[in-house]
Amino acid sequence: MRKIYNKVLSVSGNVITVKATDVGYEDLAEITTRLGKSLAQVIKLEDDIVSLQVFAGSRGVSTTDEVRFLGRSMQVAFSDNMLGRIFNGSGMPRDGGPEITENLISIGGPSVNPAKRIIPRRIVRTNIPMIDVFNSLVASQKLPIFSVSGEPYNELLARIALQAEVDMIILGGIGLKFDEYMKFRNTLEDGGALNKSIFFVHTASDPVVEGLMVPDLSLAVAEKFALQGKEVLVLLTDMTNFSDALKEIAITMEQVPSNRGYPGDLYSQLASRYEKAVDFDGAGAITILAVTTMPGDDVTHPVPDNTGYITEGQFYLRNGRIEPFGSLSRLKQQVNKDTRDDHRAIMDGMIQLYAQYLETEEKRSMGFRMSTWDKKLQKYGKLFESGMMDLSVNIPLEEALDRGWSILAECFSTEETGLRSELIKKFWPKKTESKGTEV
Amino acid sequence: MNQQTGTIIGISGNMLTVTFEGTITQNEVGYAVHGDAHLKSEVIRIQGNKAFLQVFESTKGLKVGDTVEFSDELLSVQLGPGLLTQIYDGLQNPLPELAEAHGFFLPRGVILDALSKGRKWHFTPLVQKGDKVRKGYYLGWVPETQFKHYIMVPYYLEGELTVESIRKEGDYTIREIIATVKDEKGQMHDVSMYFEWPVKLPVKAYKHKILPTQPLVTKARIIDTFFPVAKGGTYCIPGPFGAGKTVLQQITSRYADVDIVIIAACGERAGEIVETMREFPELIDPRTGKSLMERTIIIANTSSMPVAAREASVYTATTLGEYYRQMGLDVLLLADSTSRWAQAMRELSGRLEEIPGEEAFPAYLESRIAEFYERAGMVELYNDEKGSLTIGGTVSPAGGNFEEPVTQATLKVVSAFHGLSRERSNARRYPAIHPLESWSKYESFVLYDTVQKARDFLKKGSDVHQMMMVVGEEGTSLEDFIIYLKSEFIDAVYLQQNAFDPVDAATNPERQKYVMNQIYEILGSEFQFSDNEEARTFFYDLRQKFIDWNYSEWKSDEFNSQEKSIKKLIEGKKKHA
Repeated sequence: MRKIYNKVLSVSGNVITVKATDVGYEDLAEITTRLGKSLAQVIKLEDDIVSLQVFAGSRGVSTTDEVRFLGRSMQVAFSDNMLGRIFNGSGMPRDGGPEITENLISIGGPSVNPAKRIIPRRIVRTNIPMIDVFNSLVASQKLPIFSVSGEPYNELLARIALQAEVDMIILGGIGLKFDEYMKFRNTLEDGGALNKSIFFVHTASDPVVEGLMVPDLSLAVAEKFALQGKEVLVLLTDMTNFSDALKEIAITMEQVPSNRGYPGDLYSQLASRYEKAVDFDGAGAITILAVTTMPGDDVTHPVPDNTGYITEGQFYLRNGRIEPFGSLSRLKQQVNKDTRDDHRAIMDGMIQLYAQYLETEEKRSMGFRMSTWDKKLQKYGKLFESGMMDLSVNIPLEEALDRGWSILAECFSTEETGLRSELIKKFWPKKTESKGTEV
Repeated sequence: MNQQTGTIIGISGNMLTVTFEGTITQNEVGYAVHGDAHLKSEVIRIQGNKAFLQVFESTKGLKVGDTVEFSDELLSVQLGPGLLTQIYDGLQNPLPELAEAHGFFLPRGVILDALSKGRKWHFTPLVQKGDKVRKGYYLGWVPETQFKHYIMVPYYLEGELTVESIRKEGDYTIREIIATVKDEKGQMHDVSMYFEWPVKLPVKAYKHKILPTQPLVTKARIIDTFFPVAKGGTYCIPGPFGAGKTVLQQITSRYADVDIVIIAACGERAGEIVETMREFPELIDPRTGKSLMERTIIIANTSSMPVAAREASVYTATTLGEYYRQMGLDVLLLADSTSRWAQAMRELSGRLEEIPGEEAFPAYLESRIAEFYERAGMVELYNDEKGSLTIGGTVSPAGGNFEEPVTQATLKVVSAFHGLSRERSNARRYPAIHPLESWSKYESFVLYDTVQKARDFLKKGSDVHQMMMVVGEEGTSLEDFIIYLKSEFIDAVYLQQNAFDPVDAATNPERQKYVMNQIYEILGSEFQFSDNEEARTFFYDLRQKFIDWNYSEWKSDEFNSQEKSIKKLIEGKKKHA
């Protein structure tokens, strides 16, 4: 079969070099160390010196270890049997089930021809008002959740996964804490969604390099299912860990860092993953929701910054709520005109009033006098936060819009809302019903 | 000609190190042979018998020892009829044809003809046997959408040439010989309706460049009135993500008063260019009544497409722009985003292990940016006609901080700066061009004094606003408060423009002048108010009326009656000395 090499020339970080010929760029090799077998990928060729990044890390690699080149690049199985299964960052089962080797496909495939994309136009309902009403998620959208560590972003992802109207879910975990990963699994199992999910999980205790493959594995499988006409939702958490793994390899390879140690191609690396989100002309779609934790809550940090330039908007998760300001779905205009007449009006109107409430709060904290209008805003702000922003609110879009009207009716008179009169005529709740309703 | 070949000895990312014998040229195209696929690449450095090539495709699976075939040609584009309405990738591969042949994905190593081989064009000659011509002279023309597409003497033929033969009026394909010309040395050259030109060499087949003074009307009020662009000029739009760079470019590509628009989507989201691709054929150009696509060329090299081709795409777009300028047309090139292009240079420079400059950008970043913008310009052609190429580039500064190398290098060479601000976009004040930080060296068609007055108020209003943040509204004098209200008024009714409203989205120059005059009068007027509250109510009222005015069709009945009601409102509150 393939040639086997027995001499490792250098070990530096998680990169080893071997003298070998007839090796393709990005090919895989299998290295057997005293700690077991691991996959490694070719990242540089220079004459007959081959540099490989070792997925399991270089710990325990000795200079006489066996390196066997597989003569192919990274592949992953693609089959319906994968549903409900959990794999690691090398695509091997991590749930004790059998290995799946049928129908192997290459990962990191070519990009989609823009001529074969279509303008996205289907809303993905999540039953979270802050998303459905204010920043609708659209099939084929790529959206990150910007957040600091400690926020319930994984709970949010799990909930969206459970409630989104999609055919299947692929979760790519990069540097996921073990308990987070178990929670994900249990949530989906309890919700009965496990059998339409595939997990590729790299936990925080796994070797860093292995995490690099997770987005590509997840997206390669997603792409195949989408081509079969499936609506696929891909969840990636956390892409900052992915970027940090890239940084680690780049530094080991002595590449010139561009910004805070990150490699110059960070943008292209992230883009080639996020751009897999697509609505195929005549087939299914891939929607990507990713978590990007912002070190120090700094949105100008290279990872969130580059991500923001790539994705179609972002959700800010702060203090356990999706922030109405800063959060943006660039594609919402494509869908929210067709949901219900009052959707756009409620979306803009309620946010403007909430902005005024925040100004009032600022005034109050500075000790200025509160007018009647200010008091109305204060009441409104509280109701808005508890009835709409709270992540525990779990209602369909139409109900959320109705609730919006009832909150407005409870706090303001019709003219004070600044909404168009025809909408008010149609949707404004009758006096008796609005008093002390469910909110 | 002997085919020169080389052997790969190193691969790192999209860069190959190749050993060769014999002659090769800097920027020459080579093809790395991988099975059936020929991966296009370009020589970017030569060292002894080693050449460094950037590959325009993924290098996956290439091996040390694989062959590279050199072409002896510089990276070039095809110039000829059929470019308009096309959608190309960064190397001029037509994307719709690729999709037809290869389905959903962009295959590796496939190169298609940029211009249709079989299509016949109706050619009308403009010269006769014996005529003296030079490069860039018109030999004849063919109709292409609504334009006369001139068939020119190829730009690579130097000196004075004599027409030896010219085909009669008739239908020909681009490959058929339509003329033969003799150069000064007596050598004959066949000319067909297309030729190739290296993308990195500026086209200079004209008499001379002239100073750009004629305004390029974009119909965006804040640009045309406050920060205008001239035909043949250069401008840049830096801004953080989400500030609306791309939307601004999209609006400009729709409404700009030019003949031809070239959109270079360079390393940005595919979804955005898909919108343009799908919508433009449906949209009607108000100037011609034809589809907008008929005046458009799209170069789409989106963020997930190969990085090296991204670097090339900007040059490809520029060359096509220069080609149409040679026909006496006004061309607008919109590059979104030049930062991605600069990043592509940075990636490459890193792989070449060059000594990095600031933020790891190569030291030649500034000169490359300057070279690019310098290809813009208004030129006087050999037939005394004028043609122009205007370049507008967006910049995506890291963290939205304008102090970074790409923004700074760009600001040095452009003549107008439309800086987008996050505060303005967060406040939903679109277009989010900052009225105090932006600048332009070109002259507006609106009277200087009028614009200056408005600018004054914007500046003073902003100062008052700063003060109000500290002392509160109660502590602000009525006089200052009115200045603030006036500045907010200009902002709301003139600087801000609703891109989604069919009327407000595009304001023609006459209307801009007209409305600015009205605003000038309001700014100069003194009003009688008893307190801040009354002043606020008045200006909010005026603002509402003005916005409705903006939404009404120019010179329609609605427009006239709204104008009357505005005048009435003003007269009612004016202070009469």
